[in-house]
Amino acid sequence: MTASTLFEKVWKQHEVVPETPATPAVLYIDLHLVHEVTSPQAFSLLRSLKLPVRRTDRTLATMDHSTPTLTDQVFGNVPITVDAAAKQVRQLEQNAADFGVELFGLRDARRGIVHVISPELGASRPGMTIVCGDSHTSTHGAFGALAFGIGSTEVGHVLATQCLLQRKPRCFAINVEGKLPPGVTAKDLILAIIGKVGVSGGTGHVLEYRGSTIRALSMDERMTICNMSIEAGARAGMVAPDEVTFAYLEGKPRAPQGADWDQSVAGWKTLASDPGARFDLSVDIDASALEPMITYGTNPGMVVPIGGSIPDSAGDAVQDKALGYMGFRGGEAMLGKPVNTVFIGSCTNGRLEDLEAAARVLKGRKVASGVHLLIVPGSQKIRRDAEAAGLADVFRAAGADWRESGCSMCLGMNGDTVGAGQYSLSTSNRNFEGRQGVGARTLLASPLTAAASAVRGRITDPRDFL
Amino acid sequence: MMQPLRVLRSRTLVMPLANVDTDQIIPARFLTTTTNEGLGKQLFADWRYLPDGAPNPDFILNKAVARDCRILVAGRNFGCGSSREHAPWALVDYGIQAVVSTEIADIFSSNALKNGLLPVVVDEATAAWLIEHPGADVTIDVESATLALPTGASIAFPIEAFSRHCLLNGVDELGYLQSKLPDIERFEAERLCRH
Repeated sequence: MTASTLFEKVWKQHEVVPETPATPAVLYIDLHLVHEVTSPQAFSLLRSLKLPVRRTDRTLATMDHSTPTLTDQVFGNVPITVDAAAKQVRQLEQNAADFGVELFGLRDARRGIVHVISPELGASRPGMTIVCGDSHTSTHGAFGALAFGIGSTEVGHVLATQCLLQRKPRCFAINVEGKLPPGVTAKDLILAIIGKVGVSGGTGHVLEYRGSTIRALSMDERMTICNMSIEAGARAGMVAPDEVTFAYLEGKPRAPQGADWDQSVAGWKTLASDPGARFDLSVDIDASALEPMITYGTNPGMVVPIGGSIPDSAGDAVQDKALGYMGFRGGEAMLGKPVNTVFIGSCTNGRLEDLEAAARVLKGRKVASGVHLLIVPGSQKIRRDAEAAGLADVFRAAGADWRESGCSMCLGMNGDTVGAGQYSLSTSNRNFEGRQGVGARTLLASPLTAAASAVRGRITDPRDFL
Repeated sequence: MMQPLRVLRSRTLVMPLANVDTDQIIPARFLTTTTNEGLGKQLFADWRYLPDGAPNPDFILNKAVARDCRILVAGRNFGCGSSREHAPWALVDYGIQAVVSTEIADIFSSNALKNGLLPVVVDEATAAWLIEHPGADVTIDVESATLALPTGASIAFPIEAFSRHCLLNGVDELGYLQSKLPDIERFEAERLCRH
């Protein structure tokens, strides 16, 4: 037996038909997650071909992208502000009913961001193939699953056949050693990795995050890391399952139980990359040397340590355009720059540990005058857990705007937007032009940095508050 | 069903900026549609239109040279970010049939091929020539997977064999996947309840 990587093992176990020079592999999909934005066209395709959803038992739908986060619009009788979004929500309800797909609808207690709810249900598990019409599907790789985003045509293919045609990607090892210093989080680590690898460095590859630092991370933290694999251009990101993974999954509603559990864990333990497995690319990161990170430009690779300054553009067209858009100049310090909006949430940083981190900074403090701090839990379960743990009280007392779950301000399509020219310090994943609203200027950072900056109204090193 | 794409001859539209993400190709607020039609008018919306909705005269798509161009020459890492298939839908609806760059993002590339939009990855020198010669008359031959410049140079580009077959014949992948249903059923029977 030749030594195999984690990715190669999962791939091999899902090859219905291996690839040949003339044809891609037929890859079996264990779990298909569906949401309201990228599925309508796929269901229309099925309708036009008079095809059913082939495996409703492997299909799970929710609504998150265009759903409102205001309680009145979710649970009250107030109409959803964005008409087209309301239509999309109704369309998914209709499609799920017509095709027999399980849906966690707008008022369902299990609803939330698709990449948050599947893990908390125990539906995302080691060794699975998981797809969704959303690039942040890479999140589920934290469990040692092969999870990647697809387009709407492919959503149709999976609904119809439970398979995809795929060429096998290459393997890229991200080796991280050392202990993260206090105040430096998983978000800072992944931003540093993207800064080093570049926004297209992972193209054509599946990343495997390895090393003592990764082993020491919780599942929430591993999900933050894997979530942003796509921002390095990668097809997917994975972490080998271990005791941390098993402890997280045990007892979750859809995790195997009893004898099935023991058998599953035994199988999952064989998935880690073999010693001597070959990676096409690799990079080494020293976690102990990292600082809190923040982006200054219009892609996630434009990132510096929070105490650093903005690199000079040196005539680079991309950098020039980005700095012009952001209203920044090369050489300026990031610390102390004013922020108008702070957003804590998203599939990157909307889980309970993220809210706990924010609450640690916000407890007994107030949001600076004139700053809008929006805190949006990743799921309704996290919302309930945060209420029960007293986190929501901390947020309200600080003057934050505490909402129902959803993608919210990560992407401006649900009514939660940042105004033109305004600075938004955001725990989400993309600082692209206009991502949070037309003309919005986004700075990506960790929940700690976000909370600290909300208190001062300026970009703040979170270590000042720890 | 897709139209077959065999030979494409067009002047080029050049947008040399690197890392053009799919949020720029079509912003998220237009993703509340439930169809894939008519998105061409929203292509590059935030660059193409001024805040009052009028065309931005400085943007390339609003210039006379852009008219009838079916080949887009783009900077490296075109189509990065979100998996939205609305990006190729918008490009195709506008009239673009091929994107040429030194690097094209994975999901965009996969989505493009399913809509008759050809991703063409070329070397740095070829990309540099194309960027220096906007509006050049270029011919792309899918069968031979070559791009011919007006200089007479012919540049080979990589194309996945099955995608080429689909483009040349105007067929989509679903029919092929459905033909594999007996294999899929056998696979399911063999590994039932594994997860």
